[in-house]
Amino acid sequence: MRRITITSLGLVAILAAACTSAGSSVAPSAASPSAVAVVSSAPSVAPSATPDACAKASLTLVTPGKFTIGTDNPAYPPYFAENADKHTTPPWEIGDPTNGQGFESAVGYAIADQLGFDKADVTWIVVPFANSFAPGPKTFDIDLNQVNYKTERTQTADLTKGYYFGNQALVVLKDSPLAKATTIAELKDYVYGAQVGTTSYDAIASVIAPTKPALVYDTNDLAIKALGDMTIDGVMVDLPTADYITNVQVENATIVGQFEGGTPEYFSAVLGKGSTLTPCVDAAIDSLTADGTLDKLASTWLPFQDSVPVIKP
Amino acid sequence: MTQTVRTRRRGPDPRAVRSSAIAIVSTVAVFGLVGWVVVHAPGWPEVQASFFNAQVFWESLPGLLNAFVVNIQLFMIAEVFVLAFGLILAIMRGLAGPVFLPLRIMSNAYTDIFRAIPGVLVIYLLGFGIPGLGLIDPRTDQRIFGIAALTLVYSAYVSEVYRAGIESIHPSQEAAARSLGLSRFQALRFVIVPQAVRRVIPPLLNDFIGLQKDTVLVSFIGVVEIFRYAQIKSAATYNFTPLMGVALVFIVVTIPLIHLVDWLVARDRRGAPVGSTR
Repeated sequence: MRRITITSLGLVAILAAACTSAGSSVAPSAASPSAVAVVSSAPSVAPSATPDACAKASLTLVTPGKFTIGTDNPAYPPYFAENADKHTTPPWEIGDPTNGQGFESAVGYAIADQLGFDKADVTWIVVPFANSFAPGPKTFDIDLNQVNYKTERTQTADLTKGYYFGNQALVVLKDSPLAKATTIAELKDYVYGAQVGTTSYDAIASVIAPTKPALVYDTNDLAIKALGDMTIDGVMVDLPTADYITNVQVENATIVGQFEGGTPEYFSAVLGKGSTLTPCVDAAIDSLTADGTLDKLASTWLPFQDSVPVIKP
Repeated sequence: MTQTVRTRRRGPDPRAVRSSAIAIVSTVAVFGLVGWVVVHAPGWPEVQASFFNAQVFWESLPGLLNAFVVNIQLFMIAEVFVLAFGLILAIMRGLAGPVFLPLRIMSNAYTDIFRAIPGVLVIYLLGFGIPGLGLIDPRTDQRIFGIAALTLVYSAYVSEVYRAGIESIHPSQEAAARSLGLSRFQALRFVIVPQAVRRVIPPLLNDFIGLQKDTVLVSFIGVVEIFRYAQIKSAATYNFTPLMGVALVFIVVTIPLIHLVDWLVARDRRGAPVGSTR
């Protein structure tokens, strides 16, 4: 008995010590919200990235000479595309990032091209979502995984400027009474689902604010399964994923509409906190935006944006 | 004799003092060393900011506690069903006589199967399988499937605990009860089961602790309980501290129970010899 008590006391003491000292080390940044605000308004804190610093030879890379891009597996369309013969380069499933097809694959190669890498010098690796911000050395140079920019996230990782600006969309079954809804007021009394860790879940609460608690699944596929079983009435996803679900995954599903307003959401590339590469990737995204490349890629791979009705409040 | 008593009264036993001192020194040394190594690891500042962030902790705590209400609902309701269903299974298993063979087989097969299948699979199969059958309202609250799955799994374990308790009651108890004119059911109801249950309270509490922790598995079918809430918070902030908050909540809830079990076991050891009643 006494031994157990001493053990638990020791554990509690260690936990307490860890938290207290964390408090003191974190407090300065928390106490000065202005510092956080600066980060949020200008993700590229170091615009001093001179062309020289971003020259291919002076970049600090995970594997020298190679540009390593992470994303999750399976790599879903329309962000990644299947090969015509349905075979993928191992270990990839469904979509194949290495073929340059699909929106994020194309964006990845475009960024690499801006930084001076040939297509052959780009390596894709599997990075599950939680690993992209876990402490410790990163296995990727940048991670492209439909990650929405959030100010809180920038305390742990670098998030670049947006390479895609998109809305959330609601997917329901075609024969559901929801399918004909045009206003948010009509959406209140239903059960919705989303994938864990996505801003889609936040959107359910902040945009629809339904009367029944939402269900949160490990993957979009499980949420879609629940939709098919009518366990939930609708799935909230980003618009490109909604398009893929309704066109490929679930035949009798349809998009009710997309949600506008609030803070616009955009996808950012994830880098290790304070990475020297971040200003260079920001600069690359800037020039890809300026020369219209990102718009062109979006209209090639995500061409349905304007055809989806906007749900009014 | 008096000599011995006087020496004892002079102060505490020096050997006890010495062993206490050694215990304290070695405890401090071991925990100090572990703590020192962790704190001086090269990645510690990053791990600390990621796992022990006080700001994120205090921001997520109210939501965590709010979500924990769902876990409490799950394990309190499931525990009631588990205790009842487990006892029925144990009694089915212990029925003597050839007529009851089918019941014994059923109970046997049940405990075998549900102790073999990982709990999370049972939750998955119920949560995603039953609504697809179209037999019941598919919008049935997912918490009900969670409670049903936890009941199925834990009653298999608990029935084995009950069975061990029932078998530990000496056969003379039943013989005596029957000789007093009690029927077989009455002997079970008033003599065997009360003694058996009292004897197995510590292992029953152990299973209750297991059940409490396994409520987080219900998150797999979409229910936003404490673990899923922490995952959501963790993804939103890119910080693992909410998950440490879950660990802390479970420590606070289960450690008193664990110590209650230890205390009950210790009391049993000191208590009456096997076979007697209290």
